Amino acid sequence: MSARPLLVSLAALLTFACGGTPAPTGGATPTAQANVGKVEFLSSQGQAVNEAEGMRKQVLAGFNGTPDFNTSLTGGQMVPKLLAEHQASKVDVDLVGDVHGDMVPLQSAGALQDLTPLLQRLAKDRKFNPQLVAYGKLGTQKQYYIPWLQATYMMVVNKKALQYLPKGADVNSLTYDQLAQWGENIQKATGEKKIGIPAATGSRGGLLNRFVQGYLYPSYTGGEVSGFKSPGAVQAWQLMKRLWAVTNPQSTNYGFMQEPLQSGEVWVAWDHQARLIDALKNLPDQFQAVPAPSGPKGLGYMSVVAGLAIPVGAPNQKGAEALIDYLTRPDNQKKTTAVVGFFPVLTDVSVSGSDAPPGVGAEAGAAGKQTNAKKALPALLPVGLGAKDGEFNKAYFDTFTRIVLHNEDIQTVLSDEAKQLQSLLDTAKAPCWPPDPPSTGTCQVR
Amino acid sequence: MSGQVEAPALRAAAGRPRPAVRFNRRQLEPYALLAPATIFMTLFFAWPALQTLLIAFQSAQGSFTLDNFGAMARDTDFRLAVRNTLLLLVLIIPIETTIALVMAVLAQSRLFGRDVMLYIWSIPLAVSDLAAGLVWFSIFTSHGYLNSVLQDLHLIAHPVGFLDYNNLGGLVTAIVLAEVWRSMSLVMVIIMSGIQAIPPELDEAAESLGAGAWQRFWKVTLPLLKPTLQVALILRTTTAFQVFGVVLALAGSALPVLAVKSESWVTEYRNYQLAATYAILILVLSSLSTVGYLLLLRTPREVFQR
Repeated sequence: MSARPLLVSLAALLTFACGGTPAPTGGATPTAQANVGKVEFLSSQGQAVNEAEGMRKQVLAGFNGTPDFNTSLTGGQMVPKLLAEHQASKVDVDLVGDVHGDMVPLQSAGALQDLTPLLQRLAKDRKFNPQLVAYGKLGTQKQYYIPWLQATYMMVVNKKALQYLPKGADVNSLTYDQLAQWGENIQKATGEKKIGIPAATGSRGGLLNRFVQGYLYPSYTGGEVSGFKSPGAVQAWQLMKRLWAVTNPQSTNYGFMQEPLQSGEVWVAWDHQARLIDALKNLPDQFQAVPAPSGPKGLGYMSVVAGLAIPVGAPNQKGAEALIDYLTRPDNQKKTTAVVGFFPVLTDVSVSGSDAPPGVGAEAGAAGKQTNAKKALPALLPVGLGAKDGEFNKAYFDTFTRIVLHNEDIQTVLSDEAKQLQSLLDTAKAPCWPPDPPSTGTCQVR
Repeated sequence: MSGQVEAPALRAAAGRPRPAVRFNRRQLEPYALLAPATIFMTLFFAWPALQTLLIAFQSAQGSFTLDNFGAMARDTDFRLAVRNTLLLLVLIIPIETTIALVMAVLAQSRLFGRDVMLYIWSIPLAVSDLAAGLVWFSIFTSHGYLNSVLQDLHLIAHPVGFLDYNNLGGLVTAIVLAEVWRSMSLVMVIIMSGIQAIPPELDEAAESLGAGAWQRFWKVTLPLLKPTLQVALILRTTTAFQVFGVVLALAGSALPVLAVKSESWVTEYRNYQLAATYAILILVLSSLSTVGYLLLLRTPREVFQR
């Protein structure tokens, strides 16, 4: 299945034929450790062609083995494949690199190994972020994935917009009211609506639902789910309507905000850091990364964690463990960060210094301000919903569509969609997750 | 091959070359030629279609249910998706058929530069729907080509939001333009083949009887084109029910249509039952339109039995 060994031999042959000495390749570097052989590494991260290439050439090349970095499947496609392999007891994947949410159904089907001993071994010489390690336990006592990369959502602003900031507002600690006021000021001055939100759907995949779940709701209700139809939620949607009035009306067509930012259609945009980074990389003098705004209950923000897990029955167990060890070493964490535009998971690896990769440093600064804000309110990606995860997101997207786009009555829509949310939570029997207070049994929408 | 393998003695005994074997081979040949396509279509079209039909009538646990249809009817934007799909269809099909008809007739004439025109008209045949959508997006988006030209000419002060979520007219116009541009050449090719099949004597006879060009088009060409038009209309209407890439590129979530809904239920919400239900609705609507065309544009058998 892998073309890599063949390519490596071909490259070596060519170099030799051209009169040079064969360059040391990943698998051939002699070290004290034994070569661990071929490791099938299935990853939903680093899918862009340049990222996959960077992973192979810059990160994985030094590994003493032959890693087959396979990014042909998205997270949504990987889960059914891995579950089918697990059911058929015919596993050909050694290592899985995927986001937290996709690990949940794999663990609940018993398809992931307990990596507690490996984590204990690794923790001796590197400092994992304890919060991320806790996520990797998936609500159990065992470690089912080792944190690999992390990311968050934030705002990137065009410096042209700064002159229109409301009086007394600090761009690095905005409130949602100030953001709306800012948009209104920009519209008054330029005649254009310059705020941008990724509200496209389908294959265009805007992440508006994460904005609502992880930013707006926690900032106004203190939680993601339980206060779905609370007075705080009504206030949040009133703000959202005010914000939408000064948001670029083409936002329903935006999937990745870095594009309208660079074209100038939008001056202030919220999105996933990996979907903003091109603006910061390509035009660093024009753009600035800033933390998300805060609301009455605090600064709600969401983190995305990607982890490394080993399927039960993986053919090359030793190789997979060695690759996890390799990928979580400080120097390789730094290299990976530069390639995929995420952040490292080790507390002592910094990406905000002068040697930070382009764009990543700026984003790390904004993310730091978000995390360290006085009223920071970290929200988790939905936990425990399994197959209902997609429909859970849809409920938030539908709420936005009905209240904001169709101008339906806020309270009516919230009551309707709350029923939908509750039925999904009941089907999945999912308990509440942070920042919602813990529940006994299934999480309840109050 | 088999002739050489055959024992000469056997052939002598038969007294003549084996007509029965040859006959059989000849009879089998068309089936052999059709087999790959049939197997391919059965495996990758009929079988998945049948499975989709089954899934639409199943719950997530696999038991028989009609609930999916109720859930589809209650789905946010379901009615809008039906309305938009039909709205696009009733605009796109007549416009593109009329233009294609004119183009096909022009292509038959002896106009100077006819061949060059034909090549240019055929270009969109090679463009995928998503690519066509993206081309037109770069024209209509608020910082796109059209707004830039209008601003450079000082006709507008601020960009016009052709693709704004609340500008139904702008969105529909852009989508109709893109779809017509993309698929009219296909309709033109079909109609052209139909025109070429009409015997020139009929046109000449009408001309000698004193019919003008307009009269000949209405009384001779168009009636004889009915079977061809039927094919073109069936083909295009069924694909118009599936309009997808162009809408996704130009409107995102601002203009829900049935095919985009079906796709979202698979890729985003991971509910295969509802996705299948939407697919079945598209199938039913396409089938109904096909039957409609077959009845409306029925051509008497005698026309073909010249």
